[in-house]
Amino acid sequence: MTSLLDSMLVMVLVLNLFALGSSRLRAVIQVVALQGALLGVMPLVVHQHISPAAAGVSLATVLLKAIVIPTMLMRALREAQIKREVEPLIGLLPSMILGAAATGFAMVFASGLPLADEHTAALLVPASLATVLVGFILLITRTKAISQVIGYLVLENGIFLFGMLLVEAMPLVVEMGVLLDLFVGVFVICIIVNHINRAFASLDTRRLAELKE
Amino acid sequence: MSDLSLVLVAIVVVGASGIPALLVPNRPRNGQWLTTILLVAGSCLGLVACGHALLVPQAEGLAGSFALPMGRIVLGLDGLTTVFLVPVFLIPALGTIYGMGYWSAAEHPQTSRRLGLFYGVLAAGMALVLLARDAVLFLVAWEAMALAAFFLATVQDDDPAACQAGWIYLVATHLGTLCLMAMFALLHHFTGSWSLTPEIASGLAPAAASTVFVLALVGFGVKAGIMPVHVWLPGAHANAPSHVSAVMSGVMLKLGIYGILRLTSILPTPPLWWGGLLIGLGAASGVLGIAFAIGQQDLKRLLAYSSIENVGIIVIGIGLAVLGRATGQIAWQVLGLGGALLHVWNHSLFKSLLFLNAGAVIHATGTRAIDRLGGLAKRMPVTAGLFALGAVAISALPPLNGFASEFLVYQGLLSTAFPETGASLPVAALGAVALAGIGALAVGAFVRALGTIFLGEARTGDAAHAHDPGLSLLLPMLFLAGCCLAVGLYSWAVIPCLLPAVAAWNGLPACLDYPLATTAPLGQVTLVGAALLALVGGLGGLLLLALRSRSCARVGTWDCGYARPTPRIQYTGSSFGQTLVDLFAWALWPRRCPPRIRGSLPPPSWFASAVPDTVLDRLVLPVFRLGNRLLPLVRLTQQGRVNVYLLYIPAMVLLLWFWVMIGE
Repeated sequence: MTSLLDSMLVMVLVLNLFALGSSRLRAVIQVVALQGALLGVMPLVVHQHISPAAAGVSLATVLLKAIVIPTMLMRALREAQIKREVEPLIGLLPSMILGAAATGFAMVFASGLPLADEHTAALLVPASLATVLVGFILLITRTKAISQVIGYLVLENGIFLFGMLLVEAMPLVVEMGVLLDLFVGVFVICIIVNHINRAFASLDTRRLAELKE
Repeated sequence: MSDLSLVLVAIVVVGASGIPALLVPNRPRNGQWLTTILLVAGSCLGLVACGHALLVPQAEGLAGSFALPMGRIVLGLDGLTTVFLVPVFLIPALGTIYGMGYWSAAEHPQTSRRLGLFYGVLAAGMALVLLARDAVLFLVAWEAMALAAFFLATVQDDDPAACQAGWIYLVATHLGTLCLMAMFALLHHFTGSWSLTPEIASGLAPAAASTVFVLALVGFGVKAGIMPVHVWLPGAHANAPSHVSAVMSGVMLKLGIYGILRLTSILPTPPLWWGGLLIGLGAASGVLGIAFAIGQQDLKRLLAYSSIENVGIIVIGIGLAVLGRATGQIAWQVLGLGGALLHVWNHSLFKSLLFLNAGAVIHATGTRAIDRLGGLAKRMPVTAGLFALGAVAISALPPLNGFASEFLVYQGLLSTAFPETGASLPVAALGAVALAGIGALAVGAFVRALGTIFLGEARTGDAAHAHDPGLSLLLPMLFLAGCCLAVGLYSWAVIPCLLPAVAAWNGLPACLDYPLATTAPLGQVTLVGAALLALVGGLGGLLLLALRSRSCARVGTWDCGYARPTPRIQYTGSSFGQTLVDLFAWALWPRRCPPRIRGSLPPPSWFASAVPDTVLDRLVLPVFRLGNRLLPLVRLTQQGRVNVYLLYIPAMVLLLWFWVMIGE
């Protein structure tokens, strides 16, 4: 089981780098959707026995992260009619190198953490830290509101991975609550994206600096 | 019904007096009437309770809890509180009647409701400060009072000078409150209690008690206006409406005095240097305060500096009482604190009278600049007479009330050199020298003000068409003048009412039996005063009789021998005060722009002089300007861009990680 989980985590890490390196917004959304689907399946792999409740959470996660939210983002992208390019603050290659460095850092950092024995072997902790850092890199280096939503999603994926450690302890209600939060957050942001676009004819968050005083 | 519950009802009525007016925004005149009636009714109720508590003194307490962290409602009514409650209820009630004419709803429809609301809140906040026996409740009430005063001082929010003065006040009062918070926290740390009762802090170590005392002195000193932490006072008093200045100067400053008294009463037996420090600060505030007053060209700034002087006199009295407590001399405590408390009352009476008078002058002429006025005695005879009475009272001349209180402090200071029992402390008698100097300078300051404003000829058109104000302005002024005269003549009857406050301060019931009549023969003072009054009245009557039987020609003032006299040849207020200002030039740093005269036929030139506040202009403002230059560097972190803010989060996490790594 651990080898299957580890290979899935490696895929998540590769998808991170892909999200950093892709120049087309549509591709990035698809990458995040795929990552969401992987994450949705993961509890079934971690759990040794499959309960109906766990299956329900899995299903809901896949539904939300892989289908509903990407669809919403695609629609926002279509309605806002913006250029479909990422337009990062730093180049795509530097951000990929930064992502790789962050992944390495996460590995080093996780090896120094005082973890419980059953968690030291798996890649779970370093992968989750790396995903959180990549989410941050996306949030910091991308300027379009919609790519920031994507960064936020990746960040949340990292936190979700970390929650996998507690999968035995965490009650169902909390998981559902987190998912609901995420859904509502993205839902609201997609609406706001539309409004920003209408008000400023652009989705560049650099132009939202009027309120700094 | 106990006195305390009556006072509480009064506080609620006074505090809420401005609210009904908010409900009738379309009829501001009715609203102002409602506010005034409520405030006066509540104040009357409070005054009745205070009067009963003064005549039948008994310590009362009330405790409850309220839903704040650390919060308890602990209220108490003892002699000290009662003495301070009297001006808190009296002056705002008179001020609000005055406001009916001075700040009428018809002339100020926008601000009259706001002013009425915060006027009541200020009075209620001050009363609650006096009743509070719990540090947290005390600070809450203190802050309510400070903020209400800020909104009152900046009620003319279209006037940049008023707004700047208001900001300076707000910063100063909060720095003071910061000291008070530190002080109460320290007290709590040492005693484990927020309570403000003497039994709590009796076991405090001397070093701890001294730290608490110094913090309290700074924190309360800012409010009271003790030099050199008086910076907010002149500007705020000058730019606020006059009846607000009257309450701020007449009552709110005294709350700082009350705080010092309350703290010294709960701290254990003080060392000698506390008293010495208080007398020194009081003397410095008194002498420099009145010296600054002489240099002012703004009537209300002059009165504000004179408030600093009077606070100085009160602090000298308190210092004497603290010395008495340190050495166990009851006479010093009774005379020092009795004089200080009587001066608290007296100052609230005559300073309010003078501020209301100044308001009447401003209302009639539209200017506060002394050198633009002149000759008002002919056009505003009642105002002039009342101002003269207030000036005589504040200069501590018999038979008015200022004399009685300073007389007590004098007696106490002189008795330090020749005490009946125990060791003498002749150094403290130097305070009497300072007090004498203050008195002489005060006479100079007020002769200058009175002469420039009311005598001579009108210097500008502003003063030429003035007339006495209406009834709503005159009544409070007449009442205050009557109080000044009554307290002056009946001081022998008033002082015994203050003895319970002294006993509450030092916890010695023996003070109640102190033979005051022999050490301070106020009865004889009254006799002499009455004789003086009779003499002046008799001489005046004779003069009038003599004038009636002769014919006398009426000519203009300053008409002596000039071919074409103009009002501009009169001495100005600045020239009158110049000798005294030069005497204190080392502290006042007067600014002069002398005219440059060249050639035998020089072109027209001009001369200007001013006495700005030394501490504010030379120390506080430069420090703040430096801060203004340096602190915008911090604003570089405020880029307003989401990306940058997000960058701060991982940067901070990394920083913490490195810190932990280095720690290991």
